[in-house]
Amino acid sequence: MSLAGERREPPATPALAAEHGLKGEEFARLVRALGRQPNLAELGIFAAMWSEHCSYKSSKVWLKRLPTKAPWVVCGPGENAGAVDIGDGQVAVFKMESHNHPSFIEPYQGAATGVGGILRDVFTMGARPIANLNALRFGDPAHAKTRHLVSGVVAGIGGYGNCVGVPTVGGECSFHPAYNGNILVNAMTVGLAEGKRLFFSAAAGIGNPVVYVGSKTGRDGIHGATMASAEFDEDSEAKRPTVQVGDPFTEKLLIEACLELMATDAIVAVQDMGAAGLTSSSVEMAAKGGVGIELDLDAVPTREAGMSAYEIMLSESQERMLMILRPGAEAAAQRIFAKWELACAVIGRITNTGRLVARRHGKPAVDLPLAALVEAAPVYERPWTAAPLPQPVPIRVAALPTGQVLLRLLNSPDLGSKRWICQQYDHTVMADTVASAGGDAAIVRVHGTTKGLALLTECTPRYCQAHPRTGGRQAVAEAWRNLCAVGARPLAITDCMNFGSPERPEVMGQFAECIEGMREACLALDFPVVSGNVSLYNETNGNAVLPTPAIGGVGLLADLGRRASHALKRAGDVLLLLGEGPGHLAQSQYQRLILGHEAGPPPPVDLSGERRAGEFVRRLIAEGQLDTCHDVSEGGLLVALAEMALAGNLGIALTTAEGHAFWFGEDQGRYLLALPEAAADSLLAGAETAGLRLRRLGSAAGDALTLRGEPPISLQTLRKAHEGWLPAYVAGDTDKG
Amino acid sequence: MKAAVVVFPGSNCDRDVKVALEQATSKPVHMVWHGEAELPKLDLIVLPGGFSYGDYLRSGAMAAHSPVMGTVVERAKQGVAVLGICNGFQILTEAGLLPGALLPNAGLKFICRDVHVRVEQSQTVFTNACEAGSVLRIPIAHHDGQYFADADVLDRLEGEGQVAFRYCQGPAAGPANPNGSARDIAGVFNAGRTVLGLMPHPERAVDPLHGGSDGRALFQSLVAALA
Repeated sequence: MSLAGERREPPATPALAAEHGLKGEEFARLVRALGRQPNLAELGIFAAMWSEHCSYKSSKVWLKRLPTKAPWVVCGPGENAGAVDIGDGQVAVFKMESHNHPSFIEPYQGAATGVGGILRDVFTMGARPIANLNALRFGDPAHAKTRHLVSGVVAGIGGYGNCVGVPTVGGECSFHPAYNGNILVNAMTVGLAEGKRLFFSAAAGIGNPVVYVGSKTGRDGIHGATMASAEFDEDSEAKRPTVQVGDPFTEKLLIEACLELMATDAIVAVQDMGAAGLTSSSVEMAAKGGVGIELDLDAVPTREAGMSAYEIMLSESQERMLMILRPGAEAAAQRIFAKWELACAVIGRITNTGRLVARRHGKPAVDLPLAALVEAAPVYERPWTAAPLPQPVPIRVAALPTGQVLLRLLNSPDLGSKRWICQQYDHTVMADTVASAGGDAAIVRVHGTTKGLALLTECTPRYCQAHPRTGGRQAVAEAWRNLCAVGARPLAITDCMNFGSPERPEVMGQFAECIEGMREACLALDFPVVSGNVSLYNETNGNAVLPTPAIGGVGLLADLGRRASHALKRAGDVLLLLGEGPGHLAQSQYQRLILGHEAGPPPPVDLSGERRAGEFVRRLIAEGQLDTCHDVSEGGLLVALAEMALAGNLGIALTTAEGHAFWFGEDQGRYLLALPEAAADSLLAGAETAGLRLRRLGSAAGDALTLRGEPPISLQTLRKAHEGWLPAYVAGDTDKG
Repeated sequence: MKAAVVVFPGSNCDRDVKVALEQATSKPVHMVWHGEAELPKLDLIVLPGGFSYGDYLRSGAMAAHSPVMGTVVERAKQGVAVLGICNGFQILTEAGLLPGALLPNAGLKFICRDVHVRVEQSQTVFTNACEAGSVLRIPIAHHDGQYFADADVLDRLEGEGQVAFRYCQGPAAGPANPNGSARDIAGVFNAGRTVLGLMPHPERAVDPLHGGSDGRALFQSLVAALA
């Protein structure tokens, strides 16, 4: 067969395939599956579809291990986003996705388009986006690039989300030298839809029109998917042209136009053009539907003349969608998209051939069997090595007053306030934000109801590095705990798996064991995974990032009148600690910041105790007995207490005399509760029969935090420490914590 | 009170202000597409917040030339109340209905947080439910909110009671004036005090779940004056 391009194209050799990221044996596999040599466009299409980013070839076998079902799960992994039932016929649609490589190369646009991409994944399902979150991991603050990356990423996320008008309500941000050469930018979007009006991606209906909507196609972002599937080296800066440029204004129009069209019965199937653009959307839609697809590339709206089939198929221009419409619905779609001043063009039709056929300048340019692209794609069971639980290390606590340690922790990069970031995100647009960043979980009202969704992202990569299985378990358990702490019923999670090269057995071992730990926690807590994303090859010159399985959690508050926050509310309230532990300092922020190293095993996670404590807290909140609650996490008890005092602008007098391990240990499964004296007494009396450990620590009083035997620390001093680090850092006043 | 909210491409607070108006008036609010040059009889026209046309040019500059704006200017001249919030304020200055301009924030960053504003004039359709000098706590969310006008204009605005709101110190964290606005100005009237532009978002503070409901005073004032 002779397939014509418009220019003289180089032949598809193994060397050219290697430039596209295909290994020698993969190219041989391609030729076998195809039964001939591919042309350039076809090679590009194979390389994109078989990239790690699109094919999940190294992670697939492990991802299958994750629990994905529950009676409230409406749509699990495999679609553009997951969906869970939230009552009254409504569903919450959500997913988290990485944009790590582009954000390191070009932080503003990389982060911005990450937000744009995840928004599209959610409104593609027919859901109106109602909240954004993001999980950010940067390198050592003292590293030369970190300040620039922090500023650029935060501005990019804000620049996109603020313009689109979806509130950015929460997330996390931490620093570690392991991210010096490879930051992580994980963006999550949550949307709201009617359960009966969800849209899926499987194409159907032989002869149905294939319709392109949104921005026009340009030469930007070609090879984004293959770039995202390779390690970095010194030359990564040269990859800047592979980063796409975002246009949030067009995205806003696209949301409104798509939702307007989705309110009619015009659409059979829809998918956004994300990584590998027109290639992955057309291939995945046709393959899922078990049909074929024929595209006329001359009809694709383009930004510039003379684009080749290769370029049109692989462009990653942003803010574009592919739809399969019912016959005759084209005019209705044209009308709506014309109103919103967006391109809308019929570019092909659904066939029964099981092939992807694309024509350019009237001649066949691509003709590939979908089975070769999808079913023949490589799947690897990569070798992996298990990581044993590290031996306990002796810990000699520092000879410092407890209060001094607290101030140092509060003034550190990870534990310091992230207000400088949150203030750059519009978190109040849509006028349904009930709680934003700073608490255990953000809360947004389900518009027009008294229900709320509780949302957060969570992961402690140091724990995952020390013992991946415990770390995976802990990330899921803490997400679950954070939802319980505000009174929400945990529903499900999305995961964003960020790891190094899967071709190294120790990294593959981290991946496998994190998944196993997550699986254990998901099963024990009835907390299934409904969507997710895998980002591998996060390493530079052979240095991998910390294993970072970022968890995005979603929970339901049936009645916003019954919820809790961590801010102290009444002087005189008694502070109780629910849960116990020996004071686990290994892998803690205390060990890292005060003792100067990271060693030993992470804190163990007791999943049945976790469940008991969480259900107890939720019951108290639902019964209206408790409105002040805080999860105890990184930094330990005293940091959590200081956060409660600062949020409520109310001091705490502690009556317990204990050592550093008690105050700064990061034992899991614990909550701090604050409630009036009489209620606290009856709770203490009843806890033992419930099999729970409750302990009285002190009470809310005055305008200082007072430890027994130490001078009081004023709220003002605490606040200065807590609020001080990040603004000073970005202003260039300090290099480290 | 018959109220309309104009929807520009890129408006994103149109629904929020509609909800707040309907809460205050218990009457449906008319949504007007920017391309419509003809408007029904109205008592109030609202230009909502957002990023009209992406604000890729000066904020509000493109929207000021939308077909609907000719009619809005005409109605404003006839004395119909016009309220511009955030991007709406920027559009009103670009359309010449209000003096001055909104420059990028002094810190050159987007700021979203609560601010305190002092009510400078209480005898207006927008503020009659407030005491003069009272302080409202309302969120802001903008990148270009630094109010600017030359000294003569500012003197005139102050002399003729056209300053509607000023940023002031309150218990909320951060400096009182968040964006470097001249003379702490957060909102201004036209000479007849029938057109108001302000940067803070009163529609985001109308429910205890928002963490405060001080913004209601504006909508209640409109109902009292126009219903």
